[in-house]
Amino acid sequence: MKIALSLLLTAILTNNFILCKFLGICPFLGVSKKLNTAAGMSAAVIFVMVLATAVTYPINLLLVKNDMEYLQTIVFILVIAALVQLVEIILKKYMVSLYNALGVYLPLITTNCAVLGVVLLNIDNGYNFWQSMVYSLGGGLGFMVAMIMFAGVRERLEGCDIPKALQGLPITLIAASLVSMSFLGFAGLVDNMFA
Amino acid sequence: MAEKKSLGKEFTKGLIAENPVFRLVLGTCPTLAVSTSVSSAIGMGIAATIVLLCSNVVISALRKVIPQKVRIPAYIVVIASFVTIIQLLVKAFVPALDTALGVYLPLIVVNCIILGRAEAFASKNAVLASALDGLGMGIGFTSSLFLMATVREILGSGTFLSGIKDLLAVFSSDITFNGFKIPFLNENPLTFFVLAPGGFFVFGIMIALSNKLADRKGKPKAELHGCASCPMAASCALIAEDKNCEEVKAQ
Repeated sequence: MKIALSLLLTAILTNNFILCKFLGICPFLGVSKKLNTAAGMSAAVIFVMVLATAVTYPINLLLVKNDMEYLQTIVFILVIAALVQLVEIILKKYMVSLYNALGVYLPLITTNCAVLGVVLLNIDNGYNFWQSMVYSLGGGLGFMVAMIMFAGVRERLEGCDIPKALQGLPITLIAASLVSMSFLGFAGLVDNMFA
Repeated sequence: MAEKKSLGKEFTKGLIAENPVFRLVLGTCPTLAVSTSVSSAIGMGIAATIVLLCSNVVISALRKVIPQKVRIPAYIVVIASFVTIIQLLVKAFVPALDTALGVYLPLIVVNCIILGRAEAFASKNAVLASALDGLGMGIGFTSSLFLMATVREILGSGTFLSGIKDLLAVFSSDITFNGFKIPFLNENPLTFFVLAPGGFFVFGIMIALSNKLADRKGKPKAELHGCASCPMAASCALIAEDKNCEEVKAQ
């Protein structure tokens, strides 16, 4: 329990996927303009991250057993791509309301580095099945926290008088820098809490 | 003659006019993540350039064979194969780089520069032009990473090219040169720049500067082409939803 909680908090706060590990920057900058799209995108990311971890964990065991770890990258990306397609089809057929909420974002997630990133990080860190699941959930939640916070910041930026050279993307990145700096404040929090 | 000139253009456009990082704003994740030290930036740039060059050549050669409907998965397989090859080569010959890049080395698979070039260029052009396009874009990516990493390493760690010995060990193990120490900054580094916020900050300032230069030449400023250059654009309903994307599409 303690380990699970510390993994969860690490993934959400101290090692936030977007703001500390730079995974999933494209949707972070691209889809964070409005609060509802940011929330929808992050919900889809959480869903796919957890599902991808659940599916790739046994596949990785199989690869390790057959001495084929070098195929990890190629197998995982294909599994994730196939999984996303499958989920889209199933949701469309059986869970229309969920499809309406998440379906739009699903195709975008195949090439999202946060999803492949979390799968590879789980293996690099040597987590067992439940630890991997918790870490993926935490990673997804951290993604959501960052997206929603940043969508709020960007809505405020709309009305600001910004120097001409910084308008558009540069000021967005500088705002991201400030949000990311606030997350530095969490450094050491988890270690101290569970020390 | 005209043919030659346009081939040269395919190569040079990636360097400045269509620089993938500062002008097209692609591949932001690796740009921010590995630009903390110049040597890992160079390593990442070279690895990505090789993958980009090889995948562009193969995808362009297969462009008439790959059916339209399954082209994205097919591109991903080609790219992932080359990434795996590079990963194994790096692990075998430059283990220090493998440690420095960590998870970002396999993540070259999802680098949008590579998939984006496959979709936007290699799938429509001849092999030689695609090779030059890949090489130019790769060098453009490497030089932008180098620029970012130079600023971040000098200010953030007070060193320059630190750890380059491990990269040069590929050629000769006798090299003892291991970077410069910047006086004063080495004793008093501005750690902010090597941390995550520094990455966003330096990237923002760099884009502002490149916008300024582009403006002076009468070129449009860099915007997030999130949708237009995204390989998933065709299947993405966000385009219809987001007004900004619609504008990009209209252009």
